[in-house]
Amino acid sequence: MPLQKMNAVAWGMLIVGGIAAPFLVYPVFAMKILCLALFACAFNLLLGYTGLLSFGHAAFLGTAGYVTGHTVKVLGFQPEFGILAGTAAAAALGYVIGSLAIRRSGIYFAMITLALAQMVYFMFLQMPFTGGEDGLQGVPRGRLFGVIDLMHPLYMYYFVFAIFLPGFWVVYRTIHSPFGQVLKAIRENEPRAISLGYDVEKFKLTAFVLSAALSGLAGATKTLVFQLASLTDVHWHTSGEVVLMTLLGGMGTVFGPVIGAIVVVSLQNYGANIGEWVIVITGTIFVICVLAFRRGIVGEIAALFRK
Amino acid sequence: MTGIFGISIQGLFGQLLVGLLNGSFYAILSLGLAIIFGLLNIINFAHGAQYMMGAFTAWIGMTYLGVNYWWALLLSPLLVGAFGMLLERGMLKRLYRLDHLYGLLLTFGLALIIEGLFRYRFGISGESYPVTDLLAGGKNLGFMFLPKYRVWVVAASLVICFGTWYVIERTKLGSYLRAGTENPALLQAFGINVPLMITLTYGYGVALAAFAGVLAAPIFNVNPVMGSNLIIVVFAVVVVGGMGSIMGSIVTGLGLGLIEGIVKSGMIANLLSATFDSVPVAKSIVYPVKLLFSPEASAVTIFVIMAIVLLVRPAGLFGRER
Repeated sequence: MPLQKMNAVAWGMLIVGGIAAPFLVYPVFAMKILCLALFACAFNLLLGYTGLLSFGHAAFLGTAGYVTGHTVKVLGFQPEFGILAGTAAAAALGYVIGSLAIRRSGIYFAMITLALAQMVYFMFLQMPFTGGEDGLQGVPRGRLFGVIDLMHPLYMYYFVFAIFLPGFWVVYRTIHSPFGQVLKAIRENEPRAISLGYDVEKFKLTAFVLSAALSGLAGATKTLVFQLASLTDVHWHTSGEVVLMTLLGGMGTVFGPVIGAIVVVSLQNYGANIGEWVIVITGTIFVICVLAFRRGIVGEIAALFRK
Repeated sequence: MTGIFGISIQGLFGQLLVGLLNGSFYAILSLGLAIIFGLLNIINFAHGAQYMMGAFTAWIGMTYLGVNYWWALLLSPLLVGAFGMLLERGMLKRLYRLDHLYGLLLTFGLALIIEGLFRYRFGISGESYPVTDLLAGGKNLGFMFLPKYRVWVVAASLVICFGTWYVIERTKLGSYLRAGTENPALLQAFGINVPLMITLTYGYGVALAAFAGVLAAPIFNVNPVMGSNLIIVVFAVVVVGGMGSIMGSIVTGLGLGLIEGIVKSGMIANLLSATFDSVPVAKSIVYPVKLLFSPEASAVTIFVIMAIVLLVRPAGLFGRER
């Protein structure tokens, strides 16, 4: 099957599956998948297409969550403005962390993002408005545009889907744009991209801010879904989780992170009763992926078709 | 006047000692990371988990087998180091030709597995490990109380760190290691068994982490997550120091620990207040800096310093770009 056709089929499955999902599974479960899938796609833009491993992406997810939670709950924003505020905050934080982190590359980049995200974690732990260990609870979903009551699970679901789809499309368009080609060039051979006259730092930073903003969009939406912003979303476990989703689904593939998110969220959901084993299983998947399965699920499938 | 900038002498020296203590742990752990990275080109994310394993091995030995502290200090690093060598032979070895990031991801997975297994078996509440009789108690120096055990930890760490530095920089064995860091293929052509050397190096790095774990056991609560929070701070230490130099890792670790202690004592915040509070405009300009270096923010001090170093000298204080 040619690649174009496969892409069209995948898009079709995504849209049909997305519309049908709330009738097949529990809506909150489907919403969680959509949020984390968007998060993983945003992350994949950096790891898969720019070759930058950020180990601190939870900072953007969590910051947007807190800002949205605070603006909606305390300041009384409407949900759409709350989400905008959260996304903007994540983008701003992305600019700060990105500017610092792109000063080093490779392994140092990963350590710097992890350390700065940990700093964000400590700040949220101590700042009074975040509610510390309890988090921001009881964030109202409110009425979309002042009209649509988002407490209704189906309305909420399609609202989330209406956020996911354009977010996913932005990632898709970015990857296939001339800008995305430059990112791939940086991933493949950075010195060469520099010698061709590209301002590599600017491209990296733009990709980083875009990725942070989309992660923020995911985090802001997630806060409205669960009506909760908590420290879990800023914790480094979450940063590891998004790496896992991308790695498992297939980094550098368009649909891989979505598949990865579905698998990982299902595992957490249905594996909740196995308690501490979830961490062990997560770690084991990491090890297996790195040792034997580096292309990920979608990467392996694509390789099969290419033969 | 019994204080400096509004801090009592006891308080200041107490925090300096705590800073030196934390700095010792940062130094040993970042030293291990630097040695492993030098030869394997892998950032060992499992370092924190291996530090925790060291502490738990000591606790298990004492509780179930009656192994005393001194034997634990010897046996625990050997055991955990051997475990590390198995990991290297079984898994890490397959990654040397790949992008360095895969090493980070694999060891991250290993860290989760180890941490998860210990959490499953021991819960997260933690166990306590008593200070051995010989090192219990302390001495009153007049201006401060000096607990013997903490002095021992600092001394033992310094000996281990500088001993390691001496072996690597001044002996024949160390010259092989440095040659392997520069050019492993050439070293192998000279007839040195490089794969074995890599395994032993990883084992030694892991053993250092476990040694730090045993030292830490009587001070901190022995629990499964004790390593993961520490290792992120150590990563920041490594970014500040750069991994190019052994002495650099040691000095950076100790120095950052001390600075953290000074910030925790509140001296920097008080100093800033004393200097700028009388100047109306400067006061508000300095305010955010004061906030960043206030005692409450001491948890993020090292991260703030890392950010500053990245702005001023991206390669790290002792680093070289590679």
